[in-house]
Amino acid sequence: MNESASRYVAGVLARLKHEPGALLPILHAIQDELGHVPPAAVPAIADALNLSRAEVHGVVSFYHHFRSSPPGRHVVQVCRAEACQAMGGEALAAGLRQQLGIDFHQTTADGRVTLEPMYCLGQCACAPAALVDGEVHGRLSGDRAAQLIAALE
Amino acid sequence: MTRVYVPADSSALACGAEAVARAITAEAAKRGTPVELVRNGSRGLMWLEPLVEVVTPAGRMGYGPVGAGDVPALFEAGFLQGASHPLNVGIVDRHPWLAGQERLCFSRMGVIDPLSFDDYAAHEGWAGLRAAAAMKPAEIVAAVTESGLRGRGGAAFPTGIKWKTVLDTPADRKYVVCNADEGDSGTFSDRMTMEGDPFMLIEGMAIAALATGATQGYVYCRSEYPHAERTFVKALTIARERGVLGEDVLGTGRAFHLELRRGAGAYICGEETSLLESLEGKRGLVRFKPPVPAVSGLFGKPTVVNNVITFASLPLILQKGAAFYRDYGRGRSRGTLPIQLAGNIRRGGLVEKAFGVTLRELLHDWGGGSASGRPIRAVQVGGPLGAYMPESQFDTPLDYEAFASIGAMVGHGGMVVFDDTVDMARMARYAMEFCAIESCGKCTPCRIGSTRGTEVIDRILAGRDRAADTRLLEDLCETMVQGSLCALGGMTPYPVLSALKHFPEDFGLHRLPAAA
Repeated sequence: MNESASRYVAGVLARLKHEPGALLPILHAIQDELGHVPPAAVPAIADALNLSRAEVHGVVSFYHHFRSSPPGRHVVQVCRAEACQAMGGEALAAGLRQQLGIDFHQTTADGRVTLEPMYCLGQCACAPAALVDGEVHGRLSGDRAAQLIAALE
Repeated sequence: MTRVYVPADSSALACGAEAVARAITAEAAKRGTPVELVRNGSRGLMWLEPLVEVVTPAGRMGYGPVGAGDVPALFEAGFLQGASHPLNVGIVDRHPWLAGQERLCFSRMGVIDPLSFDDYAAHEGWAGLRAAAAMKPAEIVAAVTESGLRGRGGAAFPTGIKWKTVLDTPADRKYVVCNADEGDSGTFSDRMTMEGDPFMLIEGMAIAALATGATQGYVYCRSEYPHAERTFVKALTIARERGVLGEDVLGTGRAFHLELRRGAGAYICGEETSLLESLEGKRGLVRFKPPVPAVSGLFGKPTVVNNVITFASLPLILQKGAAFYRDYGRGRSRGTLPIQLAGNIRRGGLVEKAFGVTLRELLHDWGGGSASGRPIRAVQVGGPLGAYMPESQFDTPLDYEAFASIGAMVGHGGMVVFDDTVDMARMARYAMEFCAIESCGKCTPCRIGSTRGTEVIDRILAGRDRAADTRLLEDLCETMVQGSLCALGGMTPYPVLSALKHFPEDFGLHRLPAAA
């Protein structure tokens, strides 16, 4: 972690550590800002909450949302749940994997895009759906998805 | 100035509503005809999103689905006066799809500005909470019990009985927790509520607080719903400023503090005890029951845990009385259910109907058949743990007991439609794989069984000894049903076994002559 990230983590801990059940809000605040939860932040979090490092690591690794390493410059999250499957979601995902040359949970070699699976975005009547940098897209055809990906810098 | 509604519901946004709103503003400016743009929720006619509505003397005229490119032509046609146009769908309130529903819970959905406190109040908002404020806690609980309301998250436990347990358990502190971890594929009624009528959820939770003596509440909202989170957090701020939340709820002298907590992408946290662990800052491991959360829940205190739609059903029950709500429905399934039509369906969206409506009516009268135009082959009702229902079961009335009697479940009311191109063996495999990915790992039948189940299905499909492997799969499923700690392991066999039973040919097996 660089100095500004360490300062940010310290600020989050000071602000939130007395909240009841503070660990998830703390991890969210860190990932929202830094894009991931740096393993180097775990000892400070554990210390602030009087937990062991193993307990904090256990929580970070339990939840699919938290990342321990930085994602690519863009994050594409494709819904793989049943409603999207019923509308060709698997073919959509296969097309994106091919276009990017990576599988789920991977980042392109140039650091441009990270591809992640999601299990339901709640857009089930407008399937298939995906999030591109947090922005939701529905009724997503393979062509439209390919355009969205191609437009990412 | 003409008022124009463009939904800010995330499904509408996913289909381009933001660009439509921008195009309308720009076109209005260009023509020098100012419009008042209101961002409403979605009416639930998702196949028409973005559904733009224009206020006319005859009512709110609808146009949909509108793309940004359609906007100049709409102005040209005179849509601000409600003129005809190929996208005109008529007066939205009178649209048959909507007019045939019984919108009790969703009466304001898409009608009001979700973040206007006064709009909410003008549409019967806060009437239920005011009624509750004039009642004793036991009277509120009695009214909820009498209404017949059962938990809408899926478990269908009688809400009044849960509340009575919390009320009768003495403690220095009690909690109200809303389960907004709507992880089931095919469901989006919780999301629509938080985005389209958030004060309704706040009102319902405040009623629960007054009924049980709870002073602190949490809404556990899944991280996959960033838009719902943003809208709801704004609603919380407004409710605090207007004296609905805080130290003195509506002048009752009683305190209720409410905040939102974000989940982190774990399906299991939709299970109530796992959700409580997560709220406490831990891994979402399922707890043993007893004790039930109503006795020992969040931080060991008596806790009401209910789904968004359960809370959202309460303001109306308190306002209009238990009998009003109970008069809808059939058998032990009282009231209405916001049903979500999803997947491969022509007219998908939100249909609120009294219990008793059949699957066939929903799929054909509302849904209009599949989106692809091909025959509907299977419908998964109740999320990833719900059974796959074949055409022969489409006349089953929507009723918790009627569904349970055929090995299916109503769950949270999501219906995912598949046409005849679906490979049901793959869907069965997916159910096991999903369970393996999402298992919390606490109990063996779920943690190990789901992985072994995926492998056995692969072996059946490879076709070495199908009969023996099918028996093994059935045996494994029985172990998971009987031995799992919660519904994830305990109900994953439902989609698997229903696929095997109703669609054996997809597994390379012969259909038994007697099979229904």
